[in-house]
Amino acid sequence: MKMNGARIMLECLKKEGVDTIFGYPGGTVINIYDELFSFKEIRHILPRHEQAGTHAADGYARATGRVGVCLATSGPGATNTVTGIATAYMDSIPMVIITGQVPTPLIGNDAFQEVDIIGITRPCTKHSFLVRDVKDLALIMKKAFYIARTGRPGPVLVDLPKDVQIAQTEFIYPETVDIRSYKPTLGGHPRQVEKAMAMMLEARRPVVYVGGGAVLGNAAEELTVLCRKLTIPVTTTLMGLGSFPENDPNSLGMLGMHGAYCANMAMTNSDLIIAIGARFDDRVTGKLATFAPHARIIHVDVDPTSIKKNVRVDLPIVGDVKDVLAKMIKQADKLKDKVAEFQTAIAPWHDDIAGWKAKHPIGYKNSTTVIKPQFVIQKLRELSDDDAIISTDVGQHQMWTAQFFQFNKPRTLLTSGGLGTMGYGLPAAMGAQAAFPGRQVITICGDGGVQMNIQEMATLVQNKLPVKIVILNNNFLGMVRQWQELFFDKRYSSTCMELPIDFVKLADAYGAKGFSTSKPGEVEKVIKAAFKEKGPVIMEFKIAREEKVLPMVPAGAALNEMVLNA
Amino acid sequence: MQHTISVLVENEFGVLSRVASLFSGRGFNLDSLSVAPTNEEGMSRMTIVTRGDEQILEQITKQLNKLIDVIKVVDFTDGSGVEREMALIKVTAEDDNRAEVLRIVDIFRAKIIDVTPKSYTIEATGNPVKIDAILELLRPLGLKELVRTGSVAIGRGAKGWKG
Repeated sequence: MKMNGARIMLECLKKEGVDTIFGYPGGTVINIYDELFSFKEIRHILPRHEQAGTHAADGYARATGRVGVCLATSGPGATNTVTGIATAYMDSIPMVIITGQVPTPLIGNDAFQEVDIIGITRPCTKHSFLVRDVKDLALIMKKAFYIARTGRPGPVLVDLPKDVQIAQTEFIYPETVDIRSYKPTLGGHPRQVEKAMAMMLEARRPVVYVGGGAVLGNAAEELTVLCRKLTIPVTTTLMGLGSFPENDPNSLGMLGMHGAYCANMAMTNSDLIIAIGARFDDRVTGKLATFAPHARIIHVDVDPTSIKKNVRVDLPIVGDVKDVLAKMIKQADKLKDKVAEFQTAIAPWHDDIAGWKAKHPIGYKNSTTVIKPQFVIQKLRELSDDDAIISTDVGQHQMWTAQFFQFNKPRTLLTSGGLGTMGYGLPAAMGAQAAFPGRQVITICGDGGVQMNIQEMATLVQNKLPVKIVILNNNFLGMVRQWQELFFDKRYSSTCMELPIDFVKLADAYGAKGFSTSKPGEVEKVIKAAFKEKGPVIMEFKIAREEKVLPMVPAGAALNEMVLNA
Repeated sequence: MQHTISVLVENEFGVLSRVASLFSGRGFNLDSLSVAPTNEEGMSRMTIVTRGDEQILEQITKQLNKLIDVIKVVDFTDGSGVEREMALIKVTAEDDNRAEVLRIVDIFRAKIIDVTPKSYTIEATGNPVKIDAILELLRPLGLKELVRTGSVAIGRGAKGWKG
């Protein structure tokens, strides 16, 4: 059947199983919107800003594991998606971004609302396509979804000129796609896996260091099985939280700049690091020259460029982490005696770790007069559902969430780890709630970040998305303030927000419910009342203004040079 | 160390800018780059001359391979390839040095492809070291203009790129 390009695009989304898109209308996508008007199979959610639409698609993707889809018009609509695309790219989130473009004859003429979005997003997309002929559209859409979700996932942009949306052709969706220049290595090499297992069983101070790849690769189960089988200590990055249950005795929690003392000490003293879907980011390694000086390194990653990018690697395994971990489990089962020997041999290592855990556990000094942010996070964990989805913004509250919430399940933490995007939390929660209407979705924000996309309150109310918004309000851009306190002689340059916002009235203005308290004794009551509400809620907690995130490895310092009390 | 890398790419819209922006975005050196279609439909071949230590070269090769439009990357630095470059060189050639220029052209098996009473334009082909050598000899005689193609390279032996 002949259809126009706009309709073909929607049919392609349907074929890919897309049920929800986040989009904002405009001149060059009006034809798509006209088709959407009668296209009932896809739910369209209208955010109040294209950046939020992109973050929502990202949140949807992180929570579900499916490809998130968003739509924006040309020019400013497209440029507004850039932060969202870069956020997804840094954290390897599968997304397809569809942008309208001026008609092909006008491209390059500085037409109204024209921008070279392919050029602008080239460094922050996995790939991008400009559709020049409607006959290519279906194949391009097929390729876009395939590229976005396979290998190391990432955002793919499809730029769709207006005349291509209008042009008609026969709609045939390709059943399969084969791209000769794109063949990600998924199966880990069996001999490398054997070697890795031999190295692991020889090690006496081993640590498994897990990144976001284990979450994205749906490998949490295999990871947990393997590490429990070997009783090997596990630390995760911010992105890896939830891949290994933090309530497991062998969990060291998060490592890195604001990681647990025991995790950073374990890395520094280990003789073997097994990196699973992690990329040795500078926030994890600290000073590279002194990073894990005694350790040999096994690095498992689906993306060969991650291997040996920042640190030397003794044994690389390129492949899907799920596949590699499954092979490791089989290998461990074959070597039962050696595994038992290994478990005995690493007992002193467990003692060392227990010592570090006891010496400086993650903690804080609570107060009866002022709300401590860490206390709020602990109460949230206690009172929320087991499978609650948490999103955060970026800054102190993000680190407190990572330290104190205790994540036990994958895909329950949505946070901008790589790009560190303020304003991410609220729209990402919106995307997750759209995917899971029945689950508890909570966004934990600071007063700075939440105001970067606060307009999405309207989207939540309009679409009956009952996101619970927690604002830890210290009236500061707290993380930068903390750096200014520690490293810039308390010169709080432009980090005090000064103007107090009445968040209860703000919630009310959007037709949502708002609670606010500054009393530690009311925290539990507020959370309980908020969780009872059917709709979106703001919970504002006026917290200790100059509370710091600790411990902390100062930027550029070695991982074991942690500031524990300051 | 200097490396000559062949990159086989899909002849797609924007592929050159993807490769170029990879080099600029990641701070890799790019000494020369040449690109043109090959005998296979839809496929172009780039030859890139770059510099860096072993770790950087490994990253360059991996990052190139990661680009969706890149079909294959081959590093010829180990002597597994033959390399050629062409230069068009315009030199001053008046009374006293016209004969000298011709002698140099002859020694390097180059060709005169344009001539005026005051100048010669020379076409020289060879490996980049040879081009450098002819330029060194011509420079004192009055080098007016120069254009080089950048290296192109192909593997030695009977095998094609598919192996």
